[in-house]
Amino acid sequence: MLRQIEGSRAVAETVALCRPEVVCAYPISPQTHIIEALGELVKTGELTPCEFINVESEFAAMSVAIGASAAGARAFTATASQGLLFMMEAVYNASGLGFPIVMTLANRAVGAPINIWNDHSDAMAARDAGWVQLFAETVQEAADLHIQAFRLAEEVSVPVMVCMDGFILTHATERVDLPTQEQVDAFLPPYVPRQVLDPADPYSIGSMVGPEAFEEVRYLAHARQLTALGRIGELGAEFAEAFGRDSGGLVHPYRSADADVVVVAMGSVLGTIKDVIDTQRAAGHRIGALGITSFRPFPIDAVRNALKGARRVVVVEKAISVGFGGVLSTDVAMTLSGLPVPVATVVAGLGGRTITKTSLGDVFEAALGDQLAPLTFLDLNRGLVERELERMALHRRSGPTAENMLRDLGVTGSRIG
Amino acid sequence: MFEVRFHGRGGQGAVTAADLLALAAFEEGRYAQSFPSFGSERMGAPVVAYCRLGEREIRTREPVVAPDCLIVIDPTLVHQVDLFAGLGPDGYVLVNSTRTLHELGLGSLADRFRPERLLTVPATEVAQRQIGRPLPNAALLGSFAALTAQVTIEAVSSAIRERFNRNPSVAERNVAAAAELFQQARQLMTANGRAVLGAPPD
Repeated sequence: MLRQIEGSRAVAETVALCRPEVVCAYPISPQTHIIEALGELVKTGELTPCEFINVESEFAAMSVAIGASAAGARAFTATASQGLLFMMEAVYNASGLGFPIVMTLANRAVGAPINIWNDHSDAMAARDAGWVQLFAETVQEAADLHIQAFRLAEEVSVPVMVCMDGFILTHATERVDLPTQEQVDAFLPPYVPRQVLDPADPYSIGSMVGPEAFEEVRYLAHARQLTALGRIGELGAEFAEAFGRDSGGLVHPYRSADADVVVVAMGSVLGTIKDVIDTQRAAGHRIGALGITSFRPFPIDAVRNALKGARRVVVVEKAISVGFGGVLSTDVAMTLSGLPVPVATVVAGLGGRTITKTSLGDVFEAALGDQLAPLTFLDLNRGLVERELERMALHRRSGPTAENMLRDLGVTGSRIG
Repeated sequence: MFEVRFHGRGGQGAVTAADLLALAAFEEGRYAQSFPSFGSERMGAPVVAYCRLGEREIRTREPVVAPDCLIVIDPTLVHQVDLFAGLGPDGYVLVNSTRTLHELGLGSLADRFRPERLLTVPATEVAQRQIGRPLPNAALLGSFAALTAQVTIEAVSSAIRERFNRNPSVAERNVAAAAELFQQARQLMTANGRAVLGAPPD
């Protein structure tokens, strides 16, 4: 049914249609509305049977999800930012043990400095944790990806993280087609665990594994992700057939077939990018985009095929590998290995910095004119940076950088007294 | 596409107002997108919320930088924040205040924008009387409907009822407030802007 609905609410109602048996989470912005809504659905009996477990931390949230999954329950949780980092040990355990937990990550910057706004630093910090990571472009896709996530996770015995941009998607209302219970039931069969803690058939889960088999266990984790890679595309196609919407899949090309410049990105910024591309196409420029939905597993062949005809690739990403540059760009560049297609990185939107059509347009025009630097920080306030560098050069005791810069901007009363 | 920027303070319902407007437009078959710009999440801090209305899918995620309409829920913001940034010469301005624009020190707006598109309405007072609480957000949408004709008052009422469906009494009181402010806006507009602008200072 078509609804005008907040992103968090759409995800919560869709997760409820997936019939999770255990939902556990600890509140953290911008994820909180999802869990609040699910708690409400459990309390009113609309989502039943389901146990909603209040936990004391994110570490406990993931630990409870692991326990629930080991007991054979379909388990769901959600988090963001420091919450993900706080649960990280258990995040690795969930994938290492092969439990098909689904988690929404309402993407948010990672401190310090503390910042509640959107970027992809949290997801990138979990890049190698062994989870499937899917990125939603719209609220509709965020909702739809959860249905596919449960199916994929349980088929392949891999946990799945559905990444949606914090605030930009979680707190936005837009037109969303929410499926019916019958549609979801037809797509998502009941969970049949591959391993389960059963007193009638007791065994242990979580043995210590030494050098004799650790590499093999890890290899199998990699192999499961490669299986997932194949299934993500198939499930996307099956989903489109059943629900009539092209949500999911590995990648989404946009006007890229004949493009000189292809812009690669993940998440909600693709919408803004597409608007800019339409404007530049209308002005006669051959430019297109490639949205990457599946970041892990990374669709090497699909990305290479989509980009191999381009003259230049621009990766717009909301994260930075400090001391190196882009994260997504590294993977994109790998897929183009051996091809004469240079990849430029544009770091944008960190900590919720607005990504404007104007700034994107300037960057894309520079790329079309072969003027774009290999690494660009979009709309970087150089003056602000220079002032802090000067302070640091002048005084050994220059004080905390973040507070100094905020004082320069006049946005806080950080000096006490 | 028609873009609206709401300016209020934490606790006044700017975000809810943007969501309600999106819902009203959706109910009339249009595409709509609403989203907040969160600053400090505390009562009293300036809050900005956005709403876009269109005939096709709205893809952009950038904040509304060139609004077609400004809705100022808290008139104490008018001299604190750069409220009118990006508003074009044909833009609409709706201010929640018992005062005229001249009394608010905004008389010069009439030189920059079309006077018939500027409106002040006493939404807080109407809300206090109709709802029993000084919550002007939903009621202001009644005046927005009259001022811009982007949504009908029926769609606004319907959106309010849907949003507050768990508390029909609150919903009806908000609907009544919106209806009163719709009528007030109509009357002020037929007064050819003079009632809104007020007398220039001596």
